Amino acid sequence: MANSAETTTKKYTAKDFTSDQDVRWCPGCGDYSILAQVQRTFPELIEANKENIVWVSGIGCSSRFPYYMDTYGFHGIHGRAPILASGVKIANPDLSVWVATGDGDLLSIGGNHFIHACRKNVDIKVLLFNNRIYGLTKGQYSPTSEKGKVTKTTPFGSVDYPFNPASLALGADATFVARSIDRNPKHMQEMIKRMGKHKGLALLEIFQNCNIFNDGAFSILTEKDTKEDNVLILEHGKPMVFGKNQDKGIKLDGPHPVVVDITNGKYSKNDLWVHDEFADTPIHAMILAHMDERPGFPTPIGVFRQYFKETYDGGIRSQINNVIEKKGKGDLEKILFSGNTWEVN
Amino acid sequence: MSETKEKEFRVLTNVTVRFAGDSGDGMQLTGSQFSDTTAWLGNDINTLPDYPAEIRAPAGTLYGVSGFQLHFGSEDVNTPGDVPDVLVAMNPAALKKNLMELRRGGVLIINSDSFDQKNLNLAHYDSNPLHDDSLSGYELHTVPITSLTANALEGLPLSPKEVSRCKNFFALGLMYWLYDRPIKNTQDWIKEKFSKNPEYIEANTKALQAGYNFGEITEVFTTRYKVEPAKLPKGIYRNISGNEATALGFLTASVKSGLPLFLGSYPITPASEILQYLSSYKSFGVKTVQAEDEIAGITSAIGASFVGHLAITTTSGPGLALKTEAIGLAVMTELPLVVIDVQRGGPSTGLPTKTEQADLLQAIYGRNGEAPVCVLAARTPRDCFYMAIEASRIALKYMTPVILLTDGYLANGSEPWRVPHINEIAEIPIKFRTEVEGFYPYQRDENLSRPWAIPGTPGLEHRIGGLEKSDIYGSVSYDPENHDKMVKLRTEKINRISNDIPDLKVDGDEQGDLLVLGWGSTYGSIKDAVIKARNSGLTLSQAHLRYLNPLPKNTGTVLKNFKKILIPEINLGQLARIIRSEYLIPVEQLNLVRGLPLKVNDILEKITVLLGGGNGK
Repeated sequence: MANSAETTTKKYTAKDFTSDQDVRWCPGCGDYSILAQVQRTFPELIEANKENIVWVSGIGCSSRFPYYMDTYGFHGIHGRAPILASGVKIANPDLSVWVATGDGDLLSIGGNHFIHACRKNVDIKVLLFNNRIYGLTKGQYSPTSEKGKVTKTTPFGSVDYPFNPASLALGADATFVARSIDRNPKHMQEMIKRMGKHKGLALLEIFQNCNIFNDGAFSILTEKDTKEDNVLILEHGKPMVFGKNQDKGIKLDGPHPVVVDITNGKYSKNDLWVHDEFADTPIHAMILAHMDERPGFPTPIGVFRQYFKETYDGGIRSQINNVIEKKGKGDLEKILFSGNTWEVN
Repeated sequence: MSETKEKEFRVLTNVTVRFAGDSGDGMQLTGSQFSDTTAWLGNDINTLPDYPAEIRAPAGTLYGVSGFQLHFGSEDVNTPGDVPDVLVAMNPAALKKNLMELRRGGVLIINSDSFDQKNLNLAHYDSNPLHDDSLSGYELHTVPITSLTANALEGLPLSPKEVSRCKNFFALGLMYWLYDRPIKNTQDWIKEKFSKNPEYIEANTKALQAGYNFGEITEVFTTRYKVEPAKLPKGIYRNISGNEATALGFLTASVKSGLPLFLGSYPITPASEILQYLSSYKSFGVKTVQAEDEIAGITSAIGASFVGHLAITTTSGPGLALKTEAIGLAVMTELPLVVIDVQRGGPSTGLPTKTEQADLLQAIYGRNGEAPVCVLAARTPRDCFYMAIEASRIALKYMTPVILLTDGYLANGSEPWRVPHINEIAEIPIKFRTEVEGFYPYQRDENLSRPWAIPGTPGLEHRIGGLEKSDIYGSVSYDPENHDKMVKLRTEKINRISNDIPDLKVDGDEQGDLLVLGWGSTYGSIKDAVIKARNSGLTLSQAHLRYLNPLPKNTGTVLKNFKKILIPEINLGQLARIIRSEYLIPVEQLNLVRGLPLKVNDILEKITVLLGGGNGK
């Protein structure tokens, strides 16, 4: 790619990533926070050559995101962002490719593309704006809505079970799986930086409040008086402690997590489950992903798992290089005249 | 052996041969080996592999019969032949399914070993046709191919099953003897194919040789046939199938444009081979993605197009239906993209392994909104090469999706191809936008194309997408006047391609009583029918469309000079509908939708009816 000396020495600010388009989300939408955290994080993450950044999206409120970033952007069609982004990345692995998507876009119509992008470990960064509702079509339940959800299309309550995005990604062998919350800007910035530096498919699920059609879906995780007792902030190498007074912890009893009180002398931090982001199997991350389905357990945020293996785009590139190294660059004339040929005089 | 009688040689100008047997009998292999040798010998040739969708249906059944027809000659050969002159039937089911098509008095070579009660029952024969007189109208040669093969391979360390699987080479050897072709090409092929199994090399070579020798020594055959080389233009030739020609065409377009080739695809019959061929051209930097589905195939290609690759996707009818929405995205974002539809029998899953021309309207109109795309169609297997290059040229020059239609017959069929040197093929000029000053994503050039500013270019960061964009500036716009303008601009851009394509050529007089107009793979059948009609004293002309949208500029003028227009198609009249609505003229139709190429005779009969038995000068 063409890099001018000028751009390589320039230090970006958030403003450099702000496009001239008016942002058209509803006032109060959690999407504003995500846009702000990305624009604040990028100058640190993207030190130079912002022309190498491509934002790709599908359809939905979240998917307007590329229009608001002053980078290359492609607003695609419903559900197809992961594969559109994969095409971009495979064609030019030097680009930094980001996806903005929602729960309907990524997990319903686009579920197939998502699991295969995970499986192939395409080096793309996926920001999942999970508000557990269809916003742009005005309030139908989504594949992450809780069972029993009453919406316009489920007036008697939904009867299907939701997807757990982190679990789905872990099950599809994604190499980076993390979660954050729109109301915790510092944490989200940290997660964006972490995923930005990851080589391979990275999923960041962001709990995002839709204040019009699903207001308060995550309030228990964001309101001052409840969040500390309900959110577990995962940190690598640290025991899992949570609660208003840092008084509770998670102990692992075989495959079963247990909430214990660490103030009454029976248990101490030494008894707790120590988070290992880099575990070589997804089993522990999977337990974390499903933990809050048990009553009394907190919802983990942070990096569930990160590991490394060759990326798909990298694999394609190196296979081509290997073939060229072995056989030399292709000779078209030779290929055309190959096979059983004969001459007519 | 020394006492073999001199056999009589008869010279033929052309012959149609059909090999038929069980799906597991290796008939496709036998047919393609015979074709390759025949082409190499300098005959003109045209082939039609005809096989069931099931990979190996139960042995001996009627629905498991696989066939390979080839037509070769010392004169121009344009079709795989209406009726076989020779039928090689490896079992009763193959005989039953194919006999009614064999020319009366034609040569019938039968593997008599397979005519046991079990196989006769499976083929629903009440009595053994070898022993009643139902085959008396043919030149019948019963040959115990299975046991002769077993005799020839005696002593080799092979199981009876493995021995039996060599019998197709015996049949091939016999046919090589009968039509005076050398066995060497196939011997070489066997050596290469089975290089890891020396015992198979020996067995197959022995079976091939035994078949050839059998012809020489047996009393069964008294006559051999000679078909002299055809008078083809000077050059180096190879036998080429439509799918391989398509793959080579895109590889050539990639080299000629200097753009890396990106293919996003999902396997589908009969298009998968293009993906297979292109997957092997890694040394050209070709990137092939076998995607999770059809939609992913095209969408990954659109992503690659955005970043400056020559991006294509290959499919067949059902896959084209799935790609519909994404083609609309490429129309809206005005990105170059080639979609190859190897048409097959439809609707739905239809006839996966058979040919049809019923996707024309889907290709031209099958999208939501006003979504014009350029549509091209190849007319012969080798033409796929040139149309692949042309589709690439147009897509890149006009920043538009182009749909290239081929079909099952072109894809699997083959013909000799005078291989062009790469300097005979025009360069495809590419202009990426790099200048920052005055850049607007939807500012158009003289062709109404918008600039191709690829990610990685400093200062040209911009956003595109499926929402309507404002003229010139490219921001999201719901403005009524702007939408009206953009809809018309997108259509006008496609229409203007007609200034950049060759005129429709007429073979024959420029005006007259009848013009036979076709498109796609019916070219050869129509050509032969027109030649035959002329030979019978009729006067008529032929024109064939390779550009379906837009149509060549002179099309209306050409058509208006004829009293009658006949449009033969393997659909219910899709081109006929377009021609009527476009030029407000009546047209006659000939529509046969059998999953097979049109027969020359069917077209000839229709011509004769339309010309009232004579218009001669």
